[in-house]
Amino acid sequence: MLAELGQFALIIALAVALIQGTFPLLGAYRQNASLMALARPAAYTQFFFMALSFACLAALFLNNDFTVAYVASHSNSQLPEWFKVSAVWGGHEGSLLLWVLILAGWSAAVAVFSEDLPLDMVSRVLSVMGLLSVGFMLFILLTSNPFDRLLPSFPFDGSDLNPLLQDIGLIIHPPLLYMGYVGFSVVFAFAIAGLISGRLDSTWAKWSRPWTLIAWCFLTVGIALGSWWAYYELGWGGWWFWDPVENASLMPWLAGTALLHALAVTEKRKIFKAWTIMLAITSFSLSLLGTFLVRSGVLTSVHAFATDPERGMFVLGFLIIVVGGSLSLFAFRANLFKGQGQYQLFSRETLLMLGNILLLVATVVVLLGTLFPLLSEAFNMGKISVGPPYFNLLFFPLTLLAMLLMGVAPFVRWKKQEAAGFIKGFVWMAVISVVLGIAFPWIYFGSPAWQVIVVTVFCVWVLSATIKDVVKKSVNKKNILQGFISLPRSYKGMMLGHLGIVVLVMGVTYTSFYSTELDVRMATGDSVNIKTYSFKFNGVKDVSRQNHNAVMGEIEVSQNGNRLFSLYPEKRVYAVQKNMMTEAAIHWNLGRDIYVALGDSFDDGSWAVRVQHKPLMRLVWLGALISALGGILVVADSRYRQSRRKRSVKHSPIELEA
Amino acid sequence: MEKSKVWIFLAPLGVFIALAALLFNSLGNDPRLLPSAKLGRPVPVFNLPVLGAVSEEFSQENLKGHVSLLNVWATWCPSCRVEHPVLNQLAESGVVIYGLNYKDKSEEALNYLQQLGNPYQKVIYDKKGDLGLDLGVYGAPETYIIDAEGLIVYRHVGVVSDEVWVTVLKPLMDAAAQSEQVPSKGGFSG
Repeated sequence: MLAELGQFALIIALAVALIQGTFPLLGAYRQNASLMALARPAAYTQFFFMALSFACLAALFLNNDFTVAYVASHSNSQLPEWFKVSAVWGGHEGSLLLWVLILAGWSAAVAVFSEDLPLDMVSRVLSVMGLLSVGFMLFILLTSNPFDRLLPSFPFDGSDLNPLLQDIGLIIHPPLLYMGYVGFSVVFAFAIAGLISGRLDSTWAKWSRPWTLIAWCFLTVGIALGSWWAYYELGWGGWWFWDPVENASLMPWLAGTALLHALAVTEKRKIFKAWTIMLAITSFSLSLLGTFLVRSGVLTSVHAFATDPERGMFVLGFLIIVVGGSLSLFAFRANLFKGQGQYQLFSRETLLMLGNILLLVATVVVLLGTLFPLLSEAFNMGKISVGPPYFNLLFFPLTLLAMLLMGVAPFVRWKKQEAAGFIKGFVWMAVISVVLGIAFPWIYFGSPAWQVIVVTVFCVWVLSATIKDVVKKSVNKKNILQGFISLPRSYKGMMLGHLGIVVLVMGVTYTSFYSTELDVRMATGDSVNIKTYSFKFNGVKDVSRQNHNAVMGEIEVSQNGNRLFSLYPEKRVYAVQKNMMTEAAIHWNLGRDIYVALGDSFDDGSWAVRVQHKPLMRLVWLGALISALGGILVVADSRYRQSRRKRSVKHSPIELEA
Repeated sequence: MEKSKVWIFLAPLGVFIALAALLFNSLGNDPRLLPSAKLGRPVPVFNLPVLGAVSEEFSQENLKGHVSLLNVWATWCPSCRVEHPVLNQLAESGVVIYGLNYKDKSEEALNYLQQLGNPYQKVIYDKKGDLGLDLGVYGAPETYIIDAEGLIVYRHVGVVSDEVWVTVLKPLMDAAAQSEQVPSKGGFSG
């Protein structure tokens, strides 16, 4: 019954989404208030039925209903309860259901938090989102129905969730990532609504900006979590693989980052409108493209999902309608875009535009690298992948340029900046950056590579420029602390966002250049050394748990002869799928990660052991979190909260930096 | 608006159309699909025991002489249970089907056939998955069409449903049978 109820709820949600996608749009066109009034209730109803449908699927998992094909292939009666819930999105069909649920959730959120928007704008936005829902619901119902039954002959027990996915990381990673992906649908809907109505003023940017920021924060945290999950779960200590699925999430992030900055300019200076709209469409299109790449199976990936050309065809068709349609609308409405602002060559506008172009170039670099196997095959060169060397080579200079801009642009005036005085203010900082940039890696890590020095110089540059600016803006008040507190949140958020990137870049650079990795064969009692650490292998013992058996090794770690702690890496065999899983053991602090994993055992009882020392590893994820926190701070800025209280405010009463 | 500016606004659309064309072009080419070079090539050389008859061996030579289906299955694969009734029907109507029991336990596999019926002329017992590896099997179930010369004509990944049989496999088998001028029905294993 539950499966039928779930499917029924999904069909009702589809019908409601269809209403949401058509009538309010028609109402906005005819200025018919009663049609437009349908938009909000429809969004709530759609969300209710999607939630019901999703709850049914979750209940099917909890009830071990293996007559349902999707449950049978992604769960097992022995699977721990919390993984039964996360198994709901452990496969293709369920993760799509989650995707649509989140889309419906964003719709409902727009319906709630849009009191200060004119009704026709809300109607158009919600209609566009409703139409997106329709597309994805049809995709589920026609090609990937999670409620399909395996009747009359169904398996006695399920074939279990992939052990790689039986992990806390998987419980939270996909929902967060989807919140980000799908969140860009809001700004996309705003862009389409703006294009249809022809109203693309700074108010438009002001409405779109908080939504974009929240989606961006989710995406940032989602990507970081995915990287963290891969790091400890895949068992070889890598944290970014330039895998197509990872790239699929990085592309909307890069475009979305550009969009955030473009929106800031459009809101503040009423320029770059066409560019901003183009980026809004691009960001969401890249989210859709990511879905296509993951679902259609045109590329192979470590995150192997079910592949099916029929599904690929559907997503591609949807992609062509949505992206092709919106870009056509964009070209058709070209006459809407007339810049109003004037600005000089050396101004914040120019620098932000440079940053935007840089981010877009990075997006294209990732896109080309990801699609290269397809390109090479299309031109009959065989299927060739470019791999990490290509990405690393190109991302190095791109990151440096981005850091350079981050260290200058926030401190340059809008419209026009006098160059001479500005450069003078930065001379000392340049000196400090070069000195510290060389000294830091030299003292703490010894004989640094030139790349490390260059990156550190740039990081110190951004850091010192930021501190200098914050201090300068804070000292105007009675005391510096009060001054700091009274700074606008959007300004603090921007600074925090940039600092997060500095932390991230530091982490990436140092862990890439200074990690030590040993693959050794160890018998009980053997020990190996990395730097000042010593690792002693104390043998293995057998452990038995609910749905897997494990061999657990003990590795005692000491530093300079003092015993610090023991690590317990495991080799697991899952009962149902018989997969051998490596469960790494990690000890971390801000300064370094120590990572130990068991390899294969040998006949004489010794084991292959992988030992790694990774300096500043945590900064990679910490940086992403700090950046996301910065984004949240900007959303919390008073101008977005005030505008909710006052209706139809045209411009923010307070002019703020940022 | 000047003409040159209109072109700028059309540029994103142009880029997207090129991208969509590339994606469309790639859509048919499943990266995990049998490399097209293998289609039309002989079944890899092998010599494996027959399930339930340990002394009997089976090689690629035994597949020659008639158009047949080679169905990769295992007891650990739930979808195999789904397609099993379809295979039974096909066998009843005279289609020659060989089984490739893939990475499985022989007792469990025999049990499975006893319970669900045996549509196979012979089942090749590929305990270690060697033949599967040579064939490029991605998972179970998979079904290959082998012509009378022992050449691979087609590979189907996933469940064989009535629909797949009628729309995909049967036409290809009939075509293979005609071109070889060997009847597709009533063959016996050698």
